[in-house]
Amino acid sequence: MTVTKEPDALTAPRPEDLAELLLESSTPRRPSALSASLTFGWRAVLKIKHVPEQLFDVTAFPVMMILMFTYLFGGALAGSPGEYLQYLLPGITVTSVVMITMYTGVAVNTDIGKGVFDRFRTLPIWRPAPMVGYILGDLLRYALASAVILVVGLVLGFRPGGGFVGVLLGIAVLIGFSFAFSWVWTMFGLMMRSEKSVMGVSMLFLFPLTFLSNVYVSPTTMPGWLQAFVNVNPITKLVEAVRALMAGQFDGDAMMWTAGYATVFTIVFGAWTMRLYNRK
Amino acid sequence: MNAIETAGLVKVFGDTRAVDGVDLTVPAGTVYGLLGPNGAGKTTTVRMLATLLRPDDGQARIFGHDVRADPDKVRSLVSLTGQYASVDEDLTGTENLLLLSRLLGHSRRHAKDRAAQLLAAFGLTEAAGKQVKHYSGGMRRRLDIAASILNTPKLLFLDEPTTGLDPRSRNQVWDIVRAVVQHGTTVLLTTQYLDEADQLASRIAVIDHGKVIAEGTKGELKASVGVGAVHLRLRDADQRTTAQALLSRVLDADVLLDADPVALTARLSGRATEQAAEALAQLAREGITVDDFSLGQPSLDEVFLALTDRKEAAA
Repeated sequence: MTVTKEPDALTAPRPEDLAELLLESSTPRRPSALSASLTFGWRAVLKIKHVPEQLFDVTAFPVMMILMFTYLFGGALAGSPGEYLQYLLPGITVTSVVMITMYTGVAVNTDIGKGVFDRFRTLPIWRPAPMVGYILGDLLRYALASAVILVVGLVLGFRPGGGFVGVLLGIAVLIGFSFAFSWVWTMFGLMMRSEKSVMGVSMLFLFPLTFLSNVYVSPTTMPGWLQAFVNVNPITKLVEAVRALMAGQFDGDAMMWTAGYATVFTIVFGAWTMRLYNRK
Repeated sequence: MNAIETAGLVKVFGDTRAVDGVDLTVPAGTVYGLLGPNGAGKTTTVRMLATLLRPDDGQARIFGHDVRADPDKVRSLVSLTGQYASVDEDLTGTENLLLLSRLLGHSRRHAKDRAAQLLAAFGLTEAAGKQVKHYSGGMRRRLDIAASILNTPKLLFLDEPTTGLDPRSRNQVWDIVRAVVQHGTTVLLTTQYLDEADQLASRIAVIDHGKVIAEGTKGELKASVGVGAVHLRLRDADQRTTAQALLSRVLDADVLLDADPVALTARLSGRATEQAAEALAQLAREGITVDDFSLGQPSLDEVFLALTDRKEAAA
């Protein structure tokens, strides 16, 4: 590679200047866990700012999903796409957001081999902060994807019974769950050798999880063995909770399950992530 | 107090003993050179000392703090400039420094001032708003070192800081390192360039196959291979073997053929100047034309090659 021309103004630092800078050796207080995590979150947002194209998947993908399924299944399953949309929209929002959580793993995987990660790991900060930072940055994508899909839904005729507040609460639950679920991907991001294998593994998990659920059709028509899985699938529980909130109701049972799954994901995969991170 | 003390440090990757019992003592306030070829175990050693890798055996203390028992304390004392620039390529120069400054606990305002000062001092003001991926190698290195001294560290690891840089950028990096050391920071420098160790380090450990094979001041290391060396370049490559035989007879020393087909090097043991003068006279009498002649202390290159026994690599 050729080195681009360096303007002559970029001369070496003068020793006097440097000495002055080095004299300033006040050691500040170690940042709190929250502050360090938010700083890493800021880094994730800066990356989106510099490479906005990466938002393509979180905007185009959900739009494609909603259009495809509404018009593909709508007439057959619910009589008309408009009817079906009322059922489908909360679920397809969940599917789209849960699917894009895997980009967290891809981001971790591409970053981890770079020199900058060595620097982060030699900083005296709360250890999980870089990982939490990724997920915090990704929450922005989840919010964006949810917003896009809802706007498209509203345009196509989605009329949620819960109104604005219900929809907002539904999205809040979805994003909360996605935060917990993202630890699965930080773990795979650290474990896998390449970005491609992270993607491969994620599809292996995400397709069954999102399709073998109540997102597209009610589980009542499914064979018993399949219902058994569908009914304990975390995505099913999450969709039930979100669907209820958007319809202006509250499904306590589904909320409990969702919260329970979220806690388990955070503890198990969070701990696993940190174990891998410390050994990397 | 010593900045670094290691005893029997070991790191094994699969079947390879990447670091195989390294003992180092680095006095505070000095530049210590870790010299060795690629794959000798330099980087692995640094990564263990910087808490990035857990040693499999042995002990390592940074200013008295054990890297395994108290990694957090160690992290608060050291900074690392890795072999591949340890800055975020997607962010701008300013953003990189702000990010790290905030992570070190500085207020937003202070972080901003500090970033601007450092960028100015390192001649990066104009590039401050550009993404690092558009920087040249030299600029990247400077930003990297700037990031390492956001808080003046007590110990700075520089892992091959000038690999791949042009001579001007390399000199700039050297100037920066000297300034940092002058301020009292201890530097552990790994390098495969002997002139770099020669320029910067006061003590040097030569490392090969995961072991320290020699350690001492530059002078000591050079003295260990003899008092001096004569380098000759002949006009006619065909005469080289004749010259070699003659020189080993006259000088009673090892005469090495360099990779350059007209060059040879003789190590001198006793009265270097007299022997060299005598040798030149003899060569002239035999009708061997000498184009270039130099007499000096052995270079670290020679020391290095003698120690690692890689004479075939001489260039």
